[in-house]
Order: sequence, then C-alpha cells, then structure tokens
Amino acid sequence: MVNSLEHTELLRFTTAGSVDDGKSTLIGRLLYDSKSIFEDQYEAISQTSSKRGEVGVNLALLTDGLKAEREQGITIDVAYRYFATPKRKFIIADTPGHTQYTRNMVTGASTANVALILVDARHGVVEQTRRHSFIASLLQIPHLIVCINKMDLVDFSEETYEQIKEDFSTFSHRLDVKDVEFIPMSALLGDNVVEKSTNMDWYGGSTLLYALENVHIGSDNNFIDCRFPVQTVIRPYSDDYHDYRGYAGRVAGGVFKKGDDVMVLPSGFTSKIAKIDTYDGEIEEAYPPMSVTLLLEDDIDISRGDMIVRPNNQPDVTQDVEAMLCWFNERPLQPRGKYAIMHTTQEARCIIKDVRYRLDINTLHRDEDNKEVKMNDICRVQLRTTAPLLTDPYRKNRITGSIILIDEQTNETVAAGMII
Amino acid sequence: MNTYQLNHLRELESESIFVLREVAAQFENPVLLFSGGKDSILMVHLAVKAFHPAKIPFTLLHVDTGHNFQETIDYRDALVERIGANLIVGSVQEAIDNGMVREETGYNATRNYLQTAVLLDSLEKGKYDAALGGGRRDEEKARAKERFFSHRDEFGQWDPKNQRPELWNLFNGRKLYGEHFRVFPISNWTELDVWQYLAVENVELPSLYFAHEREVFKRDGMLLADSEVLPRRPEEKLEKKMVRCRTIGDITCTGVWESEASTLEDIIAEVSIARQTERGGRADDKRSETAMEDRKKQGYF
Ligand SMILES: Nc1nc2c(ncn2[C@@H]2O[C@H](COP(=O)(O)OP(=O)(O)OP(=O)(O)O)[C@@H](O)[C@H]2O)c(=O)[nH]1
Ligand SMILES: [Mg+2]
Repeated sequence: MVNSLEHTELLRFTTAGSVDDGKSTLIGRLLYDSKSIFEDQYEAISQTSSKRGEVGVNLALLTDGLKAEREQGITIDVAYRYFATPKRKFIIADTPGHTQYTRNMVTGASTANVALILVDARHGVVEQTRRHSFIASLLQIPHLIVCINKMDLVDFSEETYEQIKEDFSTFSHRLDVKDVEFIPMSALLGDNVVEKSTNMDWYGGSTLLYALENVHIGSDNNFIDCRFPVQTVIRPYSDDYHDYRGYAGRVAGGVFKKGDDVMVLPSGFTSKIAKIDTYDGEIEEAYPPMSVTLLLEDDIDISRGDMIVRPNNQPDVTQDVEAMLCWFNERPLQPRGKYAIMHTTQEARCIIKDVRYRLDINTLHRDEDNKEVKMNDICRVQLRTTAPLLTDPYRKNRITGSIILIDEQTNETVAAGMII
Repeated sequence: MNTYQLNHLRELESESIFVLREVAAQFENPVLLFSGGKDSILMVHLAVKAFHPAKIPFTLLHVDTGHNFQETIDYRDALVERIGANLIVGSVQEAIDNGMVREETGYNATRNYLQTAVLLDSLEKGKYDAALGGGRRDEEKARAKERFFSHRDEFGQWDPKNQRPELWNLFNGRKLYGEHFRVFPISNWTELDVWQYLAVENVELPSLYFAHEREVFKRDGMLLADSEVLPRRPEEKLEKKMVRCRTIGDITCTGVWESEASTLEDIIAEVSIARQTERGGRADDKRSETAMEDRKKQGYF
C-alpha cells in the first residue's frame, strides 16, 4: 500500500467561469461519480437539499459549505476538495463565478496546473468567461479545459457545441495559452464527467476525468534556472552543531547539486554548496518544489530575502518592475500611491510610478485614456521599489515572477502582480 | 514522468515545511496548538524536520478540557520531553473554577465549546501573534474554505465572507496590534495522506489510534468510550468491543469505531475504504448544519 504510492503525482486544478455555469455542481458530480464522497457527507447534503425543497440532491452543496453560500445558492470563497484515482491525487479549488469575488477566483487559480473553464451552453461565451480565461492565461496556467456545460438544456446539440468552441477559440487565440481542450457535458446528469455520455455520440473526445488523469504536468516546473530564495537561517546554537549555519528555503527553480558554484544575491558573493541538508540526512541534489537547507563552503552574510543562484544564470536585480496587476480592493489603485510589496521571501515598499494601460476584458483593448483602476480591473504598471528585487519574468518562473501589493494602512492584500 | 518529480506525500511535506518556516520568519511569537491528535502530531513532526538540527521555534499550547484520555496526556508529555519543546497548558477546568466560563449540563454536556474562550485567553496572555493549527481542509466543509494564513481580528474571530486573497506562496502575515493569525500548514493533506505519511516516516502514535478492547456504549448511532465524565442514560448499556479512534478530541465528543486495525498498514487499508468521514464520529459537529463554521467564527481552532 505504502509502496504503491511512490509514484503518485499531485495535480492541482481550479474551476472558472460565470455565475451559475455549474462549477460547483461539476465538482460535486466529479466527486460523486468517482466515489469520493462519504456516506455521512452525502446524507448531510441530501437532508439539506430536501429541507430546501429541491428535487434531487444538490451536489453543489459539497463545496458550497458556508451559511451565506447556501442561503444565496452561490459560491463566495474558494473551497478546496480532494480526491484520488489509482493514477493521480487531485487538489481541487472550486472558485466563485461572481465578479465581486474575483479575488477569490485568483486565489484558487494561482497555484493550479489546470483550469476548467465552464460555459453555460445556453449562453455561450460571456464577459466573465473571457475575464476568467484571461486571468488563467495571465497566471500562466499551463492547461485549459473548456467544459461546455448544461448540454442537456440544448438538446445535446453538436451545432451549439461547435459554435461555442469556435467563439472561444477566436478569443483564446489572442491569449497566451498553450493547451486548450473542449468537452461537452452535463454536470447535473453526469454526461462526459466520469462516464462517457450516451446522449452525444457525435463527440469522440475523452471524459473530464480521463483528461485530468492524463494531462502532462511533468514540465510545469522550471528545472533550468537555479533559484533558491532564503526563508530563514538555521543556527542550532548547540554543542553538537556549534558552527552549523544553514539556509532554509524551497527551491524555486533549477537543480542544485552538492559542489555547485553559487552566487548570493544581491551581495554578489560567490561560494560552493558544501552540503544539501534535510532531517533525513544529506542529499545530492535539490529541485522544485523541495524544501531543503543549503550549507555553503564560505561564511557569507546571508539572510531572509537573499537568493542563492548560479553565477552564470542570474535573475534581474532591479528596483524598477514592470508588471500586470489584478486589482482586488474596493479602494481603487492610487496613482503614485505607496504600497508594501512581497516577492518570494523579500518584503519592501514600492510606489506606483505609472499606470501604462487598463485592459478592457471584452475586447482585450489597452485603454490608455481612462486609467482609473478599480476592483477586479487588470492593468499594466511600472513600479519603483525601495530595495532591489531579484526577479524573473513570470512566464519563465511563476515563483520568482510573482508579487503581491499590500495596503500599508489596512494590511489587506490589494493586488496580485505578474512581472513582465 | 521525469526523474525530478516528487510523489504527492513529499510535495505535501515540502509545502508544509515552507509554511512552517514562513511562520517562524514572519511572526515574533508563534505558538503551535497541540491537541494530542494525529494532525497535531504530524504538525510537530514536520516542524522538527523544518528546523533540524535546531529546536523547533514554537512553544506548544495544549488547551486541556480536563476530559482527555490519559493516553493523550502521557503521549504529549513524552513528546515534549523528546523534542525539548516548551509546553503551556490552558486549562478549561481552571477557567470553570475561576468563573471565566460555565460548564454545560445534561447528558450531551461537553467542554468542547469552552475551549474557545480558554484558547483565546491563552493566546492573549502569552501575547502570541500566530497560532499554528492542525486543521485540514478535507475534514469539514467550513474548513474547506480556510486559507493557510487566516487572519483573526482582536476578538479572535474569523470572517469567512471577507478573507484576504492568498496568492501563490506569498503569505501576507501583516496585522494590526492585538490581531493574530491562525496558520494551517497541513491544509492540503487528506486523512489518508496523513496515515500514509506517518507510516512512511515511522512516527510513533498514541495507542488510542490502534484497535484495543474497551467498554463502550451507543448514542445517536455513535460509539462512545465509557468514562466517569460521560454520564449514561439508563438505556445506554456498556459493551466490550474492539475499537479505535479516527480522531482524538475530548472524551465527551470523540466517537470510537469498531475496528481490528492494529498496525498503521491496517489503518491505511481501513481508511482507504471507509464510507464515513473521520468527523462522522464527532458529536461536536453534529449539533447543527453549520456547527463548525459557527465555532470557527468565534475563534475555535
Ligand atoms: N440542467 C442543468 N443544470 C445544471 C447543470 N450544471 C449545473 N446546473 C444548475 O445550475 C445552477 C448553478 O449551479 P452551480 O454549480 O451552483 O453554479 P456555479 O458555477 O458553481 O456558480 P457560482 O459558484 O456561484 O459562480 C444550479 O441550479 C445547478 O443545478 C447541467 O449540466 N444541466
Ligand atoms: Mg459554485
């Protein structure tokens, strides 16, 4: 049992799409049909469903667990759910479709390998479909599966499916997405979720579960550019480990090997890796997303926020950052406003020097005239930071390419940023 | 699959260690909430790994209802001794004695709800700015909504409708004076992951988790352990059964399950085919549809 686990991969996926397109129902259906629901959970939601006078069991209740969500019949915040098949383990983030809660959608999507974009077959591609697809592409989610849902309400029409597929493709060609797949389904009835639909013989593709089990995720990490942001310094101060000084962190990119020449940024000092340490003993190499402790041959002043890299492959060391921002806060972006900024394990302050443009989600038009950035808007900005950041373009590395902005008065996270 | 691929347990381990290190780096006075259950045992194990060979930089806080299984207390004391940690006990009995909280009465009386007040009081007294909890998102539908870094106001309250966005691995631990964070490093682990990992890592566990003979009785479809703190109704007859715990909380609300599982391998086999969630045996979740959400809003674990 334990041994058969050695090769189980973890896949993280998120849902996206407009309100009521059936995201939560789909997750419920996926869990139910893959037999991942426990009897007491099922009993609890069937009781709630009948109390509310619903016909049948409302599977969306499996993820819509908050009182306020159940009252309104919508998803407000991300729910995380888990299931496994013999092939893979899955972490699902079921996110809200409501525009007001876009920030929660971004929260769920930021760590995903795959995004399921739901489209209501009756309504086709709508503004929120475009917004979420665009966000998924900004976040560089490597794989999109467009789930054309509620096919039962359009007589399982191939024509409708093809039309939506075409509409979506026209739009997505202009996005930066590599891998898009389309599946017609009914989350309510289970068609093409786990079981192949008998109502859509014209569809020759795979079911959703099959697609999730087989999408290739091996290359989603960056194994080329070595990046090790230091989280904390480990100094035991005990007799046995008197001179021990280890740099603890999680590998953000590349493969570090014992004996490698390394450089510490921003200081620029160089050394060699003396040891890659873990609780279970020394290891020969470390790669993403491993948490390890690096020991260097020389005593150098290194602290949290510094980054260990290879001398011949360095990130940008810069106080001027260009980034795409998703704005999350009711209080609009303040031009020339000052915010706290977090990037890997580093914190600094920054000023918004310029809003380059605001993006119109529907047309993808870059608006350079009206640059007022409100909640849920997406824009491109130029930032100036108080200390140099050690950055890569987000396209190259999702960890060293991402930032968040924090309102220094309220401490709220007001924006997510992807470095260009 | 390329050779640079962690299996899911190692990936979860790495994520949790990252979170534990962030807490040590971002907070001045963090505390680890230790209940004696498998999840907090896992959390301690991960913390030991995260800071090895240094000692863990967290004080352990146990909110003791006074209705714990003796095995839990023995295990706790041995663990604290072994890892050289500092333990603080918040006592519900003391809070009852000095009038801070009042005890429930009746057959279904439990001190579970009194823990919140004692927890918040202990956090305030110790001036702790972050409390690490072993909550997992797969446990319960309100827990499924938690962030890793969960902000609490000065009353310790959770506001589920207005949580901070949490992007990538950038955890915003900033707060105003008097506020604190609850941090859940093992958010993404399932019950099965926990057992599989504890087996791979050879972690010693309290004997309660393994099948043993015990006097039990049935209430509301659950089996409860015989104890002087749990008065029985006349029709509730004691029986001897082979049982084990799937979660360990206080005696009054921890259901036990009939089981023959005597090793971790047996437990894994049992959990992977279980038809009931582990909290299906928790009376504290059964009080209403949103019992957990309501408690969490008030500052529960
Ligand atoms: N007929 C039909 N109805 C569906 C299908 N999928 C979902 N629904 C219904 O659509 C409504 C909304 O479903 P939800 O799953 O709550 O939608 P959602 O996308 O999660 O909504 P938000 O999370 O609030 O954005 C519910 O009444 C579902 O029963 C489907 O395939 N066919
Ligand atoms: Mg939903």
